[in-house]
Amino acid sequence: MVPVNYYIVLSAILFTIGVVGVLTRRNALIIFMSVELMLNSANLAFVAFSSVIKSFSGQIFVFFVIAVAAAEVAVGLALIVEIFKSKRSIDVDQMSSLKG
Amino acid sequence: MSLDLIFFLLLSLISISTALGMLLSRNAVYSALFLVLNFITVAVFYLLLGAPFIAMAQVTVYAGAIMVLFLFVIMLLGAESIAGEFNWRKAVFPGALAVILAVEATVIFLTRARPVGDVAQPDASVNTVTNLRALGEALFTQYLLPFEVTSILLLVAMVGAIVLVRKEKRVH
Repeated sequence: MVPVNYYIVLSAILFTIGVVGVLTRRNALIIFMSVELMLNSANLAFVAFSSVIKSFSGQIFVFFVIAVAAAEVAVGLALIVEIFKSKRSIDVDQMSSLKG
Repeated sequence: MSLDLIFFLLLSLISISTALGMLLSRNAVYSALFLVLNFITVAVFYLLLGAPFIAMAQVTVYAGAIMVLFLFVIMLLGAESIAGEFNWRKAVFPGALAVILAVEATVIFLTRARPVGDVAQPDASVNTVTNLRALGEALFTQYLLPFEVTSILLLVAMVGAIVLVRKEKRVH
C-alpha cells in the first residue's frame, strides 16, 4: 500500500517542474507544454484524494479538466500559429508589442 | 518494502525524469515526446489508483490527441530548435523560487492536510465495469450541467480556432 502523501509529493514535484518551465523557457510551445504538465500534476492529486475518500467526484473533476485542456490547446496553438505568421518567431520575449 | 511501493518509486522516477527531459531538451520535438511518455506514466498511476476510465481518457486525449496537435504545430512551424535552448544563467532566480515553492507545497501538504491514509487497493472493490458505471451515472445525473457546459466550451473553442487561423478577407 502506497501512502497518499507520496502521490501528493510527486504531484508537487511535477507541478514545480512545470513552473520552472514556464519561468525559464522562451519558446512559446515549451511554455505551453509546461502548463499541460502542471494541469496533469493537479489531476494526479485529484485522483489520489478521490481514491482515498472512495468517491468519484475527483475523477469527474479530472474528466472536466481534460476536456478544458483540450479546448485550451486548440485555441492556444491557433494563437501561436498566428503569432508565428506575423513575427516569424515564437520567442515570448519578442511578443512585446500589442499591434501585430 | 512492498511490491506496490517499489513499483510506485520506479514509476515516479520515470515520471520526474521525463518531465525534466521535457524541460531541458533543446529540440521541441524531443520535449513533446518526453511529455507523451510522462502522460503515459501518469496514466499508469491512475490505473494504480483504481481509475481505469480516467487512465484511458488520459492516453487517448492527452497522449493521443493533444500531443499529436503539438507535434503537428511544431513541425508546421519548423520550430524544432528556434527560440532558444535552456539558459542556465537566466534560470537561477526562477529555479530558486521554484525550489522554495516545492518545499512549501510539500511541507504544507505533509503537515496541514493530515495524512488521510493509504490509497485504495486497485483490485479490491473497483473493477473496470463498476467504475465505469458509477462514473457514468454520476456524470449524467449529478454533474449533468457541467457536462453540457463542457460541450458548449468545446464548440466555442473549435469555432475560435477556425476564426483565428482563417485568411482575412479584405472588405472595402
